[in-house]
Amino acid sequence: MSRLRRFVRSSARNPNAIAYAVMLLLAISYPAMVQFATGGNGDYLVGLAADGGVYMLMAIGLNVVVGFAGLLDLGYAAFFAIGSYTYAIVASNHLGVTPLGHSLHIPFWIALFIGMFVAAGAGVLLGAPTLRLRGDYLAIVTLGFGEIVPIVFRNGGQWTGGVPGISALDVPTLPGWFQGPWIGQDFAWVPDFRFTSANLTAYYVLMMGLIVGSVFIVHNLYNSRLGRAWMAVREDETAAAASGVNTVTIKLLAFSIGAATSGFAGAFYGAKLSYVSSENFGFDVSVTVLAMVVLGGMGNIPGAMIGAAVLYFILFWLLPNAPTQVSSLATSIGLDALNKSTPNGWPGIAEEVARSKYLIFGAILVGIMLLRPQGLLPSQIRKQELKHTADTVLVSD
Amino acid sequence: MTDHILRVSGLTKRFGGLVAVDNVSFEVAPGEVFALIGPNGAGKTTLFNCITGMYKPTLGRVDFLGRDLTGSPPHRTAKAGIARTFQNIRLFEYMSALDNVRLGHHCRMHSKLWDSLFKTPFERREEEATIEHSMELLELVGLANQAESYARNLAYGQQRRLEIARALATDPKLLLLDEPAAGFTPQEKVELMDLVQVILKRGTTVFLIEHDMRVVMQASQRIVVLDHGEKIAEGSPAEVRRNQRVIEAYLGKSA
Repeated sequence: MSRLRRFVRSSARNPNAIAYAVMLLLAISYPAMVQFATGGNGDYLVGLAADGGVYMLMAIGLNVVVGFAGLLDLGYAAFFAIGSYTYAIVASNHLGVTPLGHSLHIPFWIALFIGMFVAAGAGVLLGAPTLRLRGDYLAIVTLGFGEIVPIVFRNGGQWTGGVPGISALDVPTLPGWFQGPWIGQDFAWVPDFRFTSANLTAYYVLMMGLIVGSVFIVHNLYNSRLGRAWMAVREDETAAAASGVNTVTIKLLAFSIGAATSGFAGAFYGAKLSYVSSENFGFDVSVTVLAMVVLGGMGNIPGAMIGAAVLYFILFWLLPNAPTQVSSLATSIGLDALNKSTPNGWPGIAEEVARSKYLIFGAILVGIMLLRPQGLLPSQIRKQELKHTADTVLVSD
Repeated sequence: MTDHILRVSGLTKRFGGLVAVDNVSFEVAPGEVFALIGPNGAGKTTLFNCITGMYKPTLGRVDFLGRDLTGSPPHRTAKAGIARTFQNIRLFEYMSALDNVRLGHHCRMHSKLWDSLFKTPFERREEEATIEHSMELLELVGLANQAESYARNLAYGQQRRLEIARALATDPKLLLLDEPAAGFTPQEKVELMDLVQVILKRGTTVFLIEHDMRVVMQASQRIVVLDHGEKIAEGSPAEVRRNQRVIEAYLGKSA
């Protein structure tokens, strides 16, 4: 008991421990909360959170590359695409329509890891020749890779399904599952459970499991000799090499671990959507994930997770719903006139808000960065670095 | 066993038209303090960079413990047993003093990726042993009470000593110190000389570049003098002090 108390007391001053605890509590209570708040119609919101989990996984992975090792990767969505397509190819009827003529149906739990390893392999292939480059050059090469991969999938003909992509992917299965009042049914044990869009809570729980597992592993890495070596390479590559760190392998490792996480997320994404298309893996995905990491706090795992949650919420719930919300707000405070379009070009407030969606998004991003330049939950090291830079700027003024 | 730990033979490094190190040869014996001196721009640090693999020599050979290390990358020379410090201190500024030294153990640790991913008992034991050994090294250089400070918040002299501790963490057979006494007070220089003796007793040969003649003459058994990239003298401190070419290089030729 005293041990527990000591643990709680030592964690009470550690912002990361608090963040983990709060996120875990929120994650557990989220499905019940939204069902309660929406009167039982919250399935859509639970599914949205499961999709958001995909971005959170990617942010955790990109944080290893950008935050820990300091390698700017602008083509991160490529590995996401590779994970998704790998899952699509090994877990659907698709290979049956290719010249191979024989489809593969590898179970989800194995295919998930196949997607992960194929993405990690792609990370090594891309990283090996390019990680000798420093800084901006690496960013440009990864940018190119991120553009090329979706194009390759789009033009892969029958192997990748071309423009329409691959559909009817296998859904995850489990030997059994609990159902209960949280999805409006009685307590029961469901044997041979199949994940479907009728039970989004199951996807949500699965996603949370994957995230907890990934955080556990990435956290271990951060506190190991590898995490230290990444930090050292980021701070001073020459000194790290002189101290016995093989800088090329250590950067390659960061790169492929980031790619693996992204591929893992991609495989889940493919399974949940039951469909992959090259349209879903553009540059905007890479940039969004990068923004999540930077905004949340580079180099800090819970920071990147919070960044992912906040940005996902803004992008996929707040902004799509903003027009209707604003228009009903206008009605309720007696400014109904704003809702009517006028001949002089005013399209009505809902339409106006919908049109300026990205303006609002940009303003929110700039606002957050102005208020918290180190990110929502910065790592202690980054905090010091930025503080130091700010000091020097003040002095040199 | 050979009677030398490091042998540099015919080492030349050219940068375009500039010959920074020109056909230099010498041997360092195990257990001695070997010094490299010379006026500014003589090519001393370039020579260090060639030995540790920061630069690839244009010509020549570097043998260490009977192994050819010519042109090996820095992490491999470190693993082979050559550690170094830098003329303008290069610490990991935003890592704690302890973590700086822990990082130095990197190439001697045996945890595999698997161990790091799942924090196996083996990894945990190795990390504990590393922390313990790092604390011993910090103790050795007199920084045990600063273990948790960021490297950049340490005083100048402390940073120099922390760099030595990080280098010692790679468990070197040969320690290259690039101007370790630069900017030191006389008191700090005395302490540094004591530290060098302790390092020797631990079985590490010391090879240093130094400008302070008193330090060099007191501490080292043998000296090589470079001028414009060429070796102009080699011998005991007394011999070097009397050497006409050395006097000319430092003071200029009398008309």
